[in-house]
Amino acid sequence: MIKLLNWFSAGRTSGKYTLPFVVILLSITVLASAANLLLPQDSALYVSTYSITLLGKYLCYAMLALAVDIIWGYCGILSLGHGAFFALGGYAMGMYLMRQIGDRGVYGNPLLPDFMVFLDWKELPWFWLGMDQFWFAMVMAVLVPGLLAFVFGWLAFRSRVTGVYLSIMTQALTYALLLAFFRNEMGFGGNNGLTDFKEILGFDLQADTTRVSLFLITAILLAVILMLSQRILSSRLGKVTLAVRDSEARTRFIGYRTECYKVWLFVYSAVIAGVAGALYVPQVGIINPGEFSPINSIEIVIWVAVGGRGTLIGAIIGALLVNYAKTRFTAIMPDGWLFALGALFVLVTLYLPKGLMGLYGQLTSKRLTKGEQEAAS
Amino acid sequence: MKIKTLASAIALSGATLIALPSMAADTIKVGVLHSLSGTMAISETTLKDTVLMMVEEQNKKGGLLGKKLEAVVVDPASNWPLFAEKTRELLTEEEVDVIFGCWTSVSRKSVLPVIEELNGLMFYPVQYEGEESSKNVFYTGAAPNQQAIPAVNYLKDELGVERWVLAGTDYVYPRTTNKILEAYLKDMGVAEEDIMINYTPFGHSDWQSIVSDINKFGSAGKKTAVVSTINGDANVPFYKELGNQGISSEDIPVVAFSVGEEELSGLDTTPLVGHLAAWNYFQSVETEENEEFITQWKAFTKNPDRVTNDPMEATFIGFNMWANAVKDAGTTDVDAVEQAMIGQETPNLTGGVAVMNKNHHLSKPVLIGEIQDDGQFETVWETDGVVAGDAWSDFLPGSKDLIADWTDPVKCGNYNTETKACSGQNY
Amino acid sequence: MNAILTLCLLIGALLPFSVAHAATGEATVQSGSPMLLELTKTKLSKMPAVVEKLEAEGGDAYLPLFRTWLAGNLYYVKSNRSLVEKMGSGKQVTFQAMFSGDPMPDLKKKQVKKVKVNNKLRGKLRSVIARIQLTSEDSSVREAAVRELLAKLDKNVIGILEGLHVKEQNLDVKAMIATALSLYAASDKSNSQSVRLSAIEDLSDSLENDVRNGLTKLTNDSNKAVAAAADEALVSINQRVERYALVDQLFFGLSLGSVLLLASIGLAITFGVMGVINMAHGEMIMLGAYTTYVVQLMMPNHIDYSIWVAIPAAFLVSGLMGVLIERLVICRLHGRPLETLLATFGISLILQQLVRTIFSPLNRQVSTPTWMSGSLEINPVLSLTLNRLYILAFALLVFMALVLLLKKSSLGLNVRAVSQNRNMAKAMGVKTEWVDAMTFGLGSGIAGIAGVALSQLTNVGPNLGQSYIIDSFMVVVFGGVGNLMGTLVAAFTLGIANKFLEPTTGAVLAAILVLVFIILFIQKRPKGLFPQKGRAAE
Repeated sequence: MIKLLNWFSAGRTSGKYTLPFVVILLSITVLASAANLLLPQDSALYVSTYSITLLGKYLCYAMLALAVDIIWGYCGILSLGHGAFFALGGYAMGMYLMRQIGDRGVYGNPLLPDFMVFLDWKELPWFWLGMDQFWFAMVMAVLVPGLLAFVFGWLAFRSRVTGVYLSIMTQALTYALLLAFFRNEMGFGGNNGLTDFKEILGFDLQADTTRVSLFLITAILLAVILMLSQRILSSRLGKVTLAVRDSEARTRFIGYRTECYKVWLFVYSAVIAGVAGALYVPQVGIINPGEFSPINSIEIVIWVAVGGRGTLIGAIIGALLVNYAKTRFTAIMPDGWLFALGALFVLVTLYLPKGLMGLYGQLTSKRLTKGEQEAAS
Repeated sequence: MKIKTLASAIALSGATLIALPSMAADTIKVGVLHSLSGTMAISETTLKDTVLMMVEEQNKKGGLLGKKLEAVVVDPASNWPLFAEKTRELLTEEEVDVIFGCWTSVSRKSVLPVIEELNGLMFYPVQYEGEESSKNVFYTGAAPNQQAIPAVNYLKDELGVERWVLAGTDYVYPRTTNKILEAYLKDMGVAEEDIMINYTPFGHSDWQSIVSDINKFGSAGKKTAVVSTINGDANVPFYKELGNQGISSEDIPVVAFSVGEEELSGLDTTPLVGHLAAWNYFQSVETEENEEFITQWKAFTKNPDRVTNDPMEATFIGFNMWANAVKDAGTTDVDAVEQAMIGQETPNLTGGVAVMNKNHHLSKPVLIGEIQDDGQFETVWETDGVVAGDAWSDFLPGSKDLIADWTDPVKCGNYNTETKACSGQNY
Repeated sequence: MNAILTLCLLIGALLPFSVAHAATGEATVQSGSPMLLELTKTKLSKMPAVVEKLEAEGGDAYLPLFRTWLAGNLYYVKSNRSLVEKMGSGKQVTFQAMFSGDPMPDLKKKQVKKVKVNNKLRGKLRSVIARIQLTSEDSSVREAAVRELLAKLDKNVIGILEGLHVKEQNLDVKAMIATALSLYAASDKSNSQSVRLSAIEDLSDSLENDVRNGLTKLTNDSNKAVAAAADEALVSINQRVERYALVDQLFFGLSLGSVLLLASIGLAITFGVMGVINMAHGEMIMLGAYTTYVVQLMMPNHIDYSIWVAIPAAFLVSGLMGVLIERLVICRLHGRPLETLLATFGISLILQQLVRTIFSPLNRQVSTPTWMSGSLEINPVLSLTLNRLYILAFALLVFMALVLLLKKSSLGLNVRAVSQNRNMAKAMGVKTEWVDAMTFGLGSGIAGIAGVALSQLTNVGPNLGQSYIIDSFMVVVFGGVGNLMGTLVAAFTLGIANKFLEPTTGAVLAAILVLVFIILFIQKRPKGLFPQKGRAAE
């Protein structure tokens, strides 16, 4: 076990925070879950179900931010369309949950989801087949984003579409998907999306235990993905991607097939986004095309930028912090939130190019150099 | 210095946040769940203000059950998952007694599972596609039979329309409304080729081809009308294009279900004069209640140019009914209030009485108005009496056997009269 | 029927004595005809009868009355029930006495009540006006009047038209009357077959909508020869109609292209020269549109000229904002294009929220100048809307001005130098920072001008910019960065492609297909249609 952990946390210096971070993350998760399930409601330490679902949502966002950081921070690919992979994963899960409703829908149709009944569909479209099997839906949640990322990445990286071009293309991708999913003819419920879920794997989605379990699973998966990514990125492959980030042309001239590295990293990142989406949907209870909107994808990037790109942990911290701030500030001053978010974008890019992690690094290194100087004198 | 102020500001806001719930023990809490930012803020902020005004008025009258009302406003920011989250916050953290909220169908659908799980109470004030009746929701806006069908009847009987363009934004309300209308028109013997259906994306701005198609469709020698379920922002370019291509309201009248006074205040109405809208309320209706309401509203918003609209009236009716139901029930307990709501009567703003039916929908009059150059509507036709809202349309094959009845012995939102079965209940 | 009889009598009576009749009309008005009093009392549903009686009573003397009524400007004073006409709109409303035109400055809005009008009545009024105008002085009015009657032909109208046909001097009007006569002759079953066939022959080159409808009816005629001839005529007419429909579609595409061109051309400059992706570009457009709104607010009585003030004003507002953004933010992020993208996105959020706070989240009302409304009618099936025509011309004008500026001015020379090789230009003494600021200001200013044009087509609201930003990017990337010609070609290609796809696929799918096409195209040619030639390694 310890060996395994060591294997996970080995690698570059920034990786030294990974293990403590994972320990903190998991202990908070377990404590919060226990406080929700075991303590009475009037206890001062009780954590409400509302907070649990909120935290669960934040963790999904954190996983998404992690996915973006992997390609942006380590490979220099700024994707403005990662929301698309997230939403696709979410739709796969949503379709499974929709099929689980069975004949408990408002029209009592055992086969067709409600929105198909009232739009007068006669039979289930082919892409809904098999979605009643959990394993199949989960394979789809990973496979569809992965495949899309592969096709897109393979085309784009092979023809050397880079930099802002690539960013704009990813944005166009998610925008096209947004328009497509808005169409009712697509068979994904149009603007309303998929909602009114009842149960997952036979567990009632409204039960506290189910919610806490989902929350725990999200946290554990986040930890595993964090450690795995850390490991991958500190391996030989990670070093090549760093080289690609810093100078793709030189890496190519040395003899690496840079596009292969980029494609695989892109696919890996998209799969993580898909998983995050699949975990997100049962916790918030709805998936709709709004998740594809380009603004959402840009917001993910800012989480990463705030936390500090190229640090993995920073992405997670950024996502948690910005989303917490959003929850708080939209409640206190809804009008001010967009000003604050906008200013955050500008200020972070101008003054905190390395994000909070960079700031932390600067502070500690200053203290260190100061200490060294004192020791020397 | 700056950091200090910031810190104290944060501390202060933190303190108020903690302080709010504790000091509010002996008030009745009214949750307001309308988007204050994002795309829907345009429409929804008005409703938030309406609820706040109603709360203020009620408090002037001494509150309810001897307690003051307290509004709890949250901002779901036009983000649909956030609607569910904020509902949970309102019900479990703030423990509100009632929620007034939502505009779009998707936001209501997002809220629905949460409000049913936690047994909350919500009033939904916007015209919608029907096909729903929840124990925990009261629908004070119009169902399709209270807006679309009377409008079509008016066009057919009064203007002699024989050819129909059903144009809408591609989402569930236009889709359902058009499905219902299509079935209804065919029932009346309108031929397939005399119906043209068109869907456009949200915020569609380039209407050249579609308007030109409508023009062609309308030049077949039969009187043609457009039934528009085009949503919000797409309307301005649509009407502008109609005007520019020289299609006047006498040639091809457009009857809209989503264009109200508020939307008209944002555009130059000259090219729109004569086009129609179907609602349950117009600001121009001359009654004492309405005049009072308008004066109150202008005073509350401190803006003499503010207009009122149909969803505001729906909020007004919903709020008054809830207040009466709470008085009748003597408690704010959701189950008691829900039962007290049924059969509740309160004056509407157009000179009649609104009644809450067993299916949680209202009985309302239907008005057809023509747009005037001052951005107001002139009522040109209205139903003789009130029309009872129909939760399940009689013109859709999937739902014609369904009814909603929340009284004993049925107590079901979607009860199949054929199989005598009740399906899809969440509690 | 009754109406037609009255009409017949009326016109018969009117023709010889129109002057005299007008005089008597004046007389009746001044004596306060009881019919006029009816106007202020009758219910809307009974109004059509009143219109008929008024027509019989006053004829063309009541023309101004009918017109005012049709426009919805007819009011009456509550106290004495005399009719008045509303002048002006908005807050500058005044009234003047109907007929005499005497100004009534003391009359307040509260003292008058509107004489209601609805669609049914408007239709009625229009045909009454058309009948009266058959004898109008203005030939185009006469032509329109005949056209209005095409769908309502019967024996009586034909009788009048036959009379008019002989006297008519103007060739267009004469042709129109001839069309009406042929249409009637073709459908009149009492005519002999040869008369009917020759009438159909005459109709086969008419594009009038009512003629097409009339012919369609004739294809079911009991007389087989007539039906066949009508069918044949219809086929040839429809072929022409389809050809014009194609022209129409092309115009729609060009128009959409011109909008795209305006929206993206500023971006082409900032992106092409500075390599900066300005996500706040859409908000520069929005600022331009709001400037138009503010300008109109400041000169409510001169809406027609407001555009000419708004264009330079919008250029200045957006341009200055652009310079400000460049100096405060972008110049500090030099050589980090991805970061600029994020920072400018932040700016776009701030600007959006700013206008939401200042102008409210509601859309603002921007009026169209009268010279821009309406359409240019080429023939009955092809008319080009004026505002789009102007915007198309305007877009090309702006484009040419920009090309000239870049090719001929010293600023243009500097800009081109910096875009081709920044370091070399710097070494040659070009103040690259100043050039950057000016370029960014120029790009933003042009976006502002685009805003003025867009305010004529769409909503002026906080989300205006958002709806164009992705499209603008697509155009610039598709055309090839740093190449204005590429932007022009790309804008029109995408516009036309979109409009030709739309009828078969619907608007949404057309947009999606175009996006997918661009994504695939960029994979094939990463530098767009017209790649910038240079020696960069990548």
